[in-house]
Parts: sequence; C-alpha cells; structure tokens
Amino acid sequence: MSKPKVATDWMAGCAGCHMSLLDIDERLLQVLELIDLRASPITDLKEADESGVVVGVLEGGINNTANEHQAKLMRSRCKILVALGDCAVFGGVPAMRNFFTIEESLRRAYIETESTVDGFIPTDPELAVPTRVRAVSEVVLVDIHVPGCPPSADVIFHVLSELAQGRIPEIKDENLHWH
Amino acid sequence: MVAQKITIEPVTRIEGHAKITIHMKEDNQSVDHAYLHVNEFRGFEKFCEGRMVFEMPLITPRICGICPVSHHLAAAKAGDAVLGAPPPRPASLLRELMHMGQIIQSHGMHFFELAGPDLLLGFDADPAIRNVVGLVQNAPDITVKAVQLRKYGQEIIRILGGRRIHPTFAVPGGVNKALSAADRDLILTGLDQAIETTQIAISIMKDWAAKNMEDIQKFAVFPTGYFGLITEENGLELYDGNLRLIGSDGEQLERFPASNYLDFIGEHVENWSYLKFPFYKKLGWPDGVYRVGPLGRLNIIDKIDTPLANEEFKAYRQINGGKPIENTLYYHYSRLIETLFAAERVKVLLDDPDILSKDILNTRHNFQGEGVGVIEAPRGTLIHHYWANENGQIQKLNLIVSTGHNNYAMSKAVDMVAKTYVKGPEIHEGLLNRVEAAVRAHDPCLSCSTHAVGQMPMIIDVVDAAGTTIQTLKRE
Repeated sequence: MSKPKVATDWMAGCAGCHMSLLDIDERLLQVLELIDLRASPITDLKEADESGVVVGVLEGGINNTANEHQAKLMRSRCKILVALGDCAVFGGVPAMRNFFTIEESLRRAYIETESTVDGFIPTDPELAVPTRVRAVSEVVLVDIHVPGCPPSADVIFHVLSELAQGRIPEIKDENLHWH
Repeated sequence: MVAQKITIEPVTRIEGHAKITIHMKEDNQSVDHAYLHVNEFRGFEKFCEGRMVFEMPLITPRICGICPVSHHLAAAKAGDAVLGAPPPRPASLLRELMHMGQIIQSHGMHFFELAGPDLLLGFDADPAIRNVVGLVQNAPDITVKAVQLRKYGQEIIRILGGRRIHPTFAVPGGVNKALSAADRDLILTGLDQAIETTQIAISIMKDWAAKNMEDIQKFAVFPTGYFGLITEENGLELYDGNLRLIGSDGEQLERFPASNYLDFIGEHVENWSYLKFPFYKKLGWPDGVYRVGPLGRLNIIDKIDTPLANEEFKAYRQINGGKPIENTLYYHYSRLIETLFAAERVKVLLDDPDILSKDILNTRHNFQGEGVGVIEAPRGTLIHHYWANENGQIQKLNLIVSTGHNNYAMSKAVDMVAKTYVKGPEIHEGLLNRVEAAVRAHDPCLSCSTHAVGQMPMIIDVVDAAGTTIQTLKRE
C-alpha cells in the first residue's frame, strides 16, 4: 500500500497547532515514514494536489475571504478533513472579534492606535476581506474534530498514526481536552 | 506588449500568511516593482478591550504559537507596570530562563526546519523535496540533532510553565511556580548537547556562506537603522533594559526607556498590506526605517556577555570591518550566534543562587493604570502597552510586534531580490524561491504581525502594465 497523502494548511490561528505537530519530536521521523506529507506551510508545495489527498488538516478558524477559499479548496481535494485545534473546532480566541464590528476592529488597528501616524484602513484588492470569525464546520463539512489549544503532541501523533493505518481515530479520555 | 504580474501565494516556510506580487516592466524582461502583501487581519487590539489585565498573558500568546512565550512575558511585564508590582529578582530570572528556552526552540527551528532546506538542499532544489522531509532523507543525523535542539528549548518552557505551547507561568508581579532543584538539574543535563548542536549549525552556516558569497553579496544588501534592547554596557540583551536605535553608519541616534517608545516610534500604513510599517519619528517615513531581530540586535551591540557567543560575535563583526552588517542572508548567521548566547545564558541563570528561591511574586500593588511591557522576541522588539481602569479591566491596548518593525526591510528585500534575480520571459521556480527566501531570512511571524494585522500565504501573480494578470504561479 502506498503511503497516504496528507496536506495541511493554517488559517485564522497562531501556528501553535503546527508547532504541536513538531512537538512529537523524534516520532516525527516515524510519522514521515507512514505518510506522504504534501502541501503544508512547512513544505514548498502551495496547495493540496489537484488529484487529491487522503487527509486534509486545517488549523485555525475562518475569518476572511481567503480562509473561506482555503477551507473549500482543502475540502474539495481531501477525503477526510481534520479540524485541528480550538480555533478550527470552535473559532477560538480570534472569534472574540465577533463581539465587535469589523469596522470597529479595523478602525482601532489602523487609525486609532496611539503609535499609528496618518492611518487609514487598507483596501487593496490583493488583501483578503475580513468576515465574521467561524469554526471550519460552519463553512465546510468536517470529519474529525481535534480540540485543544493546542492539541498536545501525543494527541496529534495518535490522530496521524491512526489515519495512516487506515483507521478513524477516536478522540476521547486523556486525548480529549479543551485547554 | 502588456506587462505581466507574477503572484507567489502562499509564501511557505514562514509563519503566517503572505503573498508576493511581482510587476514586470512593459517589455516583460525585467521587474518594475515587487510587493509583499500581508493579507489577513485579526484585531487583538480591539477584542482584548474589556478583558482583565491578568488574563492578557493567557490571551495574547494566541497571537503566535511559534513564540507564545514572547507575548506571555511582554503581557506580564505590561501587567507589572499597570499594577505597579515589580517582580522579585528570582521571578525575573525564571521568566528570562523561559525566554531563553524560547529563543533556542524558535531560532533552532528556523535555521533547520524553515530556512534549512534552502541552505542544506539549495535554493534550486526540487520544491517537492525542499522541506524538512527532504532534510530527513538527505541529512538524517543533523536533522535528528535539530529536532532535539528544538525539543530542548521546548522542554525548558514545559518544565517552567506546564506545557510547551501557551504555557501558564508569568503573572503580573512575578511567576506562579518556583523551580525545584530536580528540574534545574534536568535542564542542565541537556545543555551541552544544545551548545554542541548550535556550534554544528554555525559551522554549516559558515561553510554555506563561503560557498555562496556571490548570493550573499547581491541578495538584498541595503542600509537602514537598527533597533533593540541593550544592556547598560552595550551587551546583548533579550529580556529587559533600555532600547537603543542606531543609524546606518553605526552611530547612536537614541537610547531610551521602553516606556517612552511612543515619543520615538510611529507606524505608517500602506494600502497594500495589513501589516503596518514602524519608523523612527524624528526622521519620518520612510527615512526613519530600521531593522530588528538577530541582524539588528547584533548591529547595536559591542559585545555579548557569554564567552562562546562573544568569540563568535567578534568574528562576525569583522565581516563588514566593524560597521553594521547589511546583508539580509546574514540574518541566519546572527540568529545562530544568539542561539549560542541563549544556551550559555541558561547556564548562567541556573547557576544563580536566587534561581531556586520561593520569593517569586510581588503581591503589594501600587496601581498605575497604564503600563508598557517590552521584550526582545526571537524576531525582534515586541511592545505591549495597556491602559486599564481601577478594576484592572483593559480599556485599550497598543501592540507593536517584532515582525512589524521589519516590514519595510522585508518589502525592500523582496523588491531588490525580484529585481536582481527575476528576468523575463521564462521565470524559473528556483528564482521565485529566492524571492520567498528574502522574506524567510527575516523569520517573519505573520500571525504576530496580524495580531492586529494579517497573516502570510504566498502566490506570485505576473501582471501587465494595464493590471491584467498574465501568469499566476502557485507551486504545486
């Protein structure tokens, strides 16, 4: 059996879940024996293979138009979609923005902050447009939810090794935590 | 003929989301201008309003999972100032120890896992293997050592703060746990190996530099000011102290307490990026631009107070005859010298008689209502500034993150490298990778930058003079 292709991406998060993936330390070499790591922020492939991957992993919630695109693209190219970490599962800390209007947040950042000089809100078409912050499952269907901020390295190792061996991982007991 | 635009999206092997657009001249033979777009906005500066001061060391690390300790400590330091509760000396030592753990893990990871593929496998290596997996296959021994170096730094953080990422340790007024003798000895056990791996990395870097001098000399070399914390005697300082700004000639422009930063530092906005552009107010935008992080820090100091790092620094300083070093690719070298310092500093801190003290929290407050916390994060100077009401509730906050200070430098480096290497009409992937490497050298943390501001993926669009996209390169 060929190694299952895995692609990962990050959206409105902090990269901490990907760092927790690296925190599996020496077992990383073991995981890389089991899976074929394709597009990921730590490789130079820019998006999941058009021909598809088995597992897609998304870190972070969805807080703008670019994230919507990333989530839909990953969903369309993977068989099993994993929402990794509290932001992907619930929206997480970035979803605190939903208590304010986007306009208020942008005004604070680019106009009102004490160090900003002659500020204005950037609107270049190259930039993503901010939206309400959402969990991944509010935008696309998610198959496996892995909460935690971040999920511990052991949980991530468990999820990847189960998937690599063709099983759907169970997230329960000591593997299920919210902090 | 219509001029092209190349888009690189996302920029990979950096933290966060960015894209680069390269606008060609009308003949499509050479580059007119290239931009680095940081294209996500998050809004921490708004949504933390109303939260309690003591929550900030837990909320703000979620700005960045690569250097969460920087935000954890800067938030605690700002909290110290808001409450008027300077921490006891043992607490400051323990915070600094955690910070050294972070410098080791973050710098170590950047050199090997993020930049390493370019340095060890080559800018022109096949993009399908130009990553950590390719490193494992091509250089398994050093890759295992690199994984262990990162682990060593992460373990220091876990031992002190309960977990490796988003620890709970620093609180306004001090820290919440003393260090046990057993844990001190545990940290000491791994130290020699950490130093040895860092020294191997330095020799890899020097070999690479000797073989790639042409790239180093033509790859985004430009003058700016330099900025960061410093000791009283102009030594390298990462945790606390005054801020020093020097000009491109190496002369001191300013030296001031971190709490006065607003008198000296302003932030400029450009329409094409969510990341603001800090500058030195007296010189204005853009004359007052400066660089931070390892390259900036080693340019503002005269010495390093640990022996191995100082020996290495003396050699490094000779690269430009004692003048500031302007080469973007030397960020990698300076980053490793700092890693060596951090490892040696771990020993100094652990040998301090106060390190096992239980006097770790100042509970006598003299409430000030406003406070600034500054730290040298791995990527540069990080500033947290809070205003709170008498209940300790945040009324407003201002954040200037490390990567922000380097925004001008990253944009300038992208523009210069694109102009140097990208020539039409056929554009090769390895050249575009060099444009990305111009960003990567700064080890940007775009989640940090987009605290307030955006994150960083990378596409290259080639657009014509009329603005039509002719070619979009996304590496697949």
